[in-house]
Amino acid sequence: MIKAAEAMVKCLENEGVKVVFGYPGAAICPFYDELTHSDIHHVLVRREDNAGHAASGYARISGKPAVCIATSGPGATNLLTAIATAYADSIPIVCITGQVSTDQIGCDVFQEVDITGAAEPFVKYSYLIKDAAQLPRIFKEAFYLAGSGRKGPVLIDVPVDIQQTMIDFDYPESVELRTYKPTVKGNTMQIKKVCEALKAAERPLICAGGGVIAADACRELRDFAEKTRIPVVSTMMGLGIFPTEHPLYMGMLGMHGVRTANEAVSKCDTMLLIGARVGDRAVCSPKFLAETTKIIHIDVDPAEIGKNIHVDIPLVGDCKNILGELSAHIDNAERKDWLEELSRVKNTVPHEDETQGYVNPKMFIRKLSAKLPENTVCVADVGQNQIWTCNNFNFKGGRFLTSGGMGTMGYSIPAAIGAKMASLESEVVAVCGDGSFQMQMMELATIVQEKLPVKIILMRNNRLGMVRELQTNQYGDNQTAVHIADGNPDFVALAKSYGINAERVCTMAEAEAAIEHLCESAEPYLLECNVWRNESTL
Amino acid sequence: MKHTISILVENHAGVLSRISGLFSRRGFNIDSLAVGVTDDPKVSRVTIVADGDEHTVEQLEKQLNKLIDTIKVKALEPDELLSRELQLIKINASSQQRSEILTICEIMGARIIDISPNTMTLEISDTTMHLARFEELIKPYGIKEIVRTGVIAIQKGADTIKK
Ligand SMILES: Cc1ncc(C[n+]2csc(CCOP(=O)(O)OP(=O)(O)O)c2C)c(N)n1
Repeated sequence: MIKAAEAMVKCLENEGVKVVFGYPGAAICPFYDELTHSDIHHVLVRREDNAGHAASGYARISGKPAVCIATSGPGATNLLTAIATAYADSIPIVCITGQVSTDQIGCDVFQEVDITGAAEPFVKYSYLIKDAAQLPRIFKEAFYLAGSGRKGPVLIDVPVDIQQTMIDFDYPESVELRTYKPTVKGNTMQIKKVCEALKAAERPLICAGGGVIAADACRELRDFAEKTRIPVVSTMMGLGIFPTEHPLYMGMLGMHGVRTANEAVSKCDTMLLIGARVGDRAVCSPKFLAETTKIIHIDVDPAEIGKNIHVDIPLVGDCKNILGELSAHIDNAERKDWLEELSRVKNTVPHEDETQGYVNPKMFIRKLSAKLPENTVCVADVGQNQIWTCNNFNFKGGRFLTSGGMGTMGYSIPAAIGAKMASLESEVVAVCGDGSFQMQMMELATIVQEKLPVKIILMRNNRLGMVRELQTNQYGDNQTAVHIADGNPDFVALAKSYGINAERVCTMAEAEAAIEHLCESAEPYLLECNVWRNESTL
Repeated sequence: MKHTISILVENHAGVLSRISGLFSRRGFNIDSLAVGVTDDPKVSRVTIVADGDEHTVEQLEKQLNKLIDTIKVKALEPDELLSRELQLIKINASSQQRSEILTICEIMGARIIDISPNTMTLEISDTTMHLARFEELIKPYGIKEIVRTGVIAIQKGADTIKK
């Protein structure tokens, strides 16, 4: 017999967990006590939501469910934003929260909150453990649920007395869930129909989303597109699947996307959506699109098909598996005219102006990505900085992470910490705004404590830029609650006070020199770019 | 349009709140909801009557299927289901009115389950439509209180939810 708290640690070890992100408190102390006897490395973040975001970054790079930990009450509620963020982007994380003692549940005791209830709308599944003997089974299930089918966050709430209970530990080898059997293989009839529809199409287009990355199917998608010569656009979550300069790649579609991609969408006669959920920012008027275009939708989650757009050919299953099947059954094609038409639009390079005394953020991102190694993990925050990064970063084979579905400010630095922990050999760069930086700047401490050479780009425009732009365009330029200059600290001095090297640049020439320093640095590094306050997103 | 949906679920803590949460979250309107354990004590059966067009019901079925606790979801076609709802009604009834009420109950298939000097308590189990008709007939006596369960439904003939 062992303590359930020790069993929790053993469960994690059995799942191959090497790193966890968390923040302690009384209700989770038995677990923390046992964790010291394990080789699992605990990263102490400075706020619980960042433990969730760090786990998200770790999970996205490692491809496996990652773990975050918080105590009961405020610790658990602080985690909520990260859980919702992971849910919106289908990121597999397992969240462990401490809970008050079972005999006190429901009495509104100190730091008691119904966290399984609060998180219910945005978890894939949750458990409140009431019988310690069930703990090994629950952990096994939680990891399986988080990382299979359509991935997502799973929450395990463990009352403190349960953690102290003695149990027989036997980690199950497999899960038995009669209700949960994600479809992997695509229906043969439907696969045939897809092949026929694509063969008949004159101007087909692939729209690839985050599901392709989640299914580890980037290679398969590229093979398929190259074989059939079908051009590709991606959603924000799908950025990085295709190298930016690939001849078949037309860029990111949607409200914040590029002209080539949106033109491809409006001109195509058949659209193959794969691992993309037709979010409103990607496809603003799905009704209109479906009227003029034959829609094929491939997704592992049947509930996504037909939810936001009328679909002509649905195909449920794992992208990787299905793309393999499709490639095997479809003929090679040329599509010269269609591709030529699109490349004409693609090759018109937009002109960028430099404003005196400022760094042009779009040019900066292009210059930066040209200098970064191919396997760079780029993490963008939310706002103008995010869109500048999406549309100007030259993806070559690395990864792009951002909070696409929720648009959670404060995601980039903690997610970069997680990504770096998962892949110490990769360069990891976080791009954020001066607003979002201040939602996460406490994590500079984590970077220092963990000695993680994460690089940070801070685009200081002294505005909550994206909201400022919205007010300019849609509220008669009535700028309110978006001016942050008066409160902004000296970011360079702030970084230095943590012992992080930092530089401020105000011209492109300075920026280019600083990019060299950033790339050469083997330590964490913060680069503040002075960006014009009225710079536009697109 | 009204739709009757039967759901088999794992009899876990929290499953009902997951289902009802899903309805409110996705903006589906529930007319009635009834839950009870089945012949297998680990499985509960939920019957939901909801309002919406074809697209809504399809979405509903998919979302319900997506819940980890869901074993089976079936939208029952109106012409292939047998449905029942139970109602208890307390009405004003003087001793002179009793036999008249008794006649109505006999014809409508209701039972008298309690009586007091000035009231009677009636029980009726039938389709929602039949219950509404009964209520109309009994209304003139003065309804003091009504309680009703949600609708439960089963398929006609030999078919079951499992096939
Ligand atoms: C947690 C959170 N709060 C509010 C918002 C709304 N919002 C979206 S973009 C934005 C401005 C971001 O400003 P900044 O981080 O400075 O980046 P910029 O747009 O200037 O590049 C805000 C407030 C959000 N997305 N997330």
